[in-house]
Amino acid sequence: MLELVLFYIFAAIAVVSAILVITQRNVVHSAAFLGATLFAVAGVFLTLHAEFLAGVQVIVYVGGILVLFVFVIMLIAVERAERERQYNRQWTIALVTSGILIAEIAYGLYRGRDSFVLPPAVVPPAVPATGNSELVGTSLYTLYLLPFEIASILLLVGIVGAVVLAKRRTPAEE
Amino acid sequence: MVTTFHYLLLSAALFTIGILGVLTRRNIMIILMSIELMMNAVNINLIAFSDRLQQVTGQVFAIFVITVAAVEAAVGLGILIAMFKNKETVNINEIDLMKW
Repeated sequence: MLELVLFYIFAAIAVVSAILVITQRNVVHSAAFLGATLFAVAGVFLTLHAEFLAGVQVIVYVGGILVLFVFVIMLIAVERAERERQYNRQWTIALVTSGILIAEIAYGLYRGRDSFVLPPAVVPPAVPATGNSELVGTSLYTLYLLPFEIASILLLVGIVGAVVLAKRRTPAEE
Repeated sequence: MVTTFHYLLLSAALFTIGILGVLTRRNIMIILMSIELMMNAVNINLIAFSDRLQQVTGQVFAIFVITVAAVEAAVGLGILIAMFKNKETVNINEIDLMKW
């Protein structure tokens, strides 16, 4: 029962703030509501027994990506963008398409919802004595070691790319 | 009881809101934020099935998705700054240099 209440609270916060993210006129407000969504999604992760991922979500998304967004908002002029028209001309088509998409996914999920319920007899007390972080770490550094290293190379490329794109050109290069 | 169905529905809702943001907004900052919303929806999906199947693989993949999201945000914002220096705008409709 508590699980259900927590899930509905977190889901409601996530969806409402997500809608507010894409409807705000001021970009700073959008960033604030994005932070609310990210925290709510971290709460959803907690109800799914993924404690490590909830921590990673808060540290990387809220502490890293969102702060990066806010820094960039400081660098660009937000006042002029606020006074402009906020939506594309084809927003009605986009709204209809998104409505069709969510209806389609929801209908498919609703038809197959019985397959998502664990059969009660098969439920094993599969939660071992080790914690969630330990399980994720063991899996990450043994079975998925190569993808992990590739992810580090991707991060390196991202750092170099961001610096090259954002740095000021020196007179010698021009 | 909360089933995987609930989580998948939440994930679908967040993903659709992200798509709607990308399709309708003209401010590039908001479009990048919408992409982050969609990545979050994918993570909820992965972790819901990780919980459903009692396997940790979904959580490992969610970590990779978060990595890709961080890199995407850094590079996307770098492009945004470079573009703002050149054209003094964050409006997506005014960037049509490669439009035929």
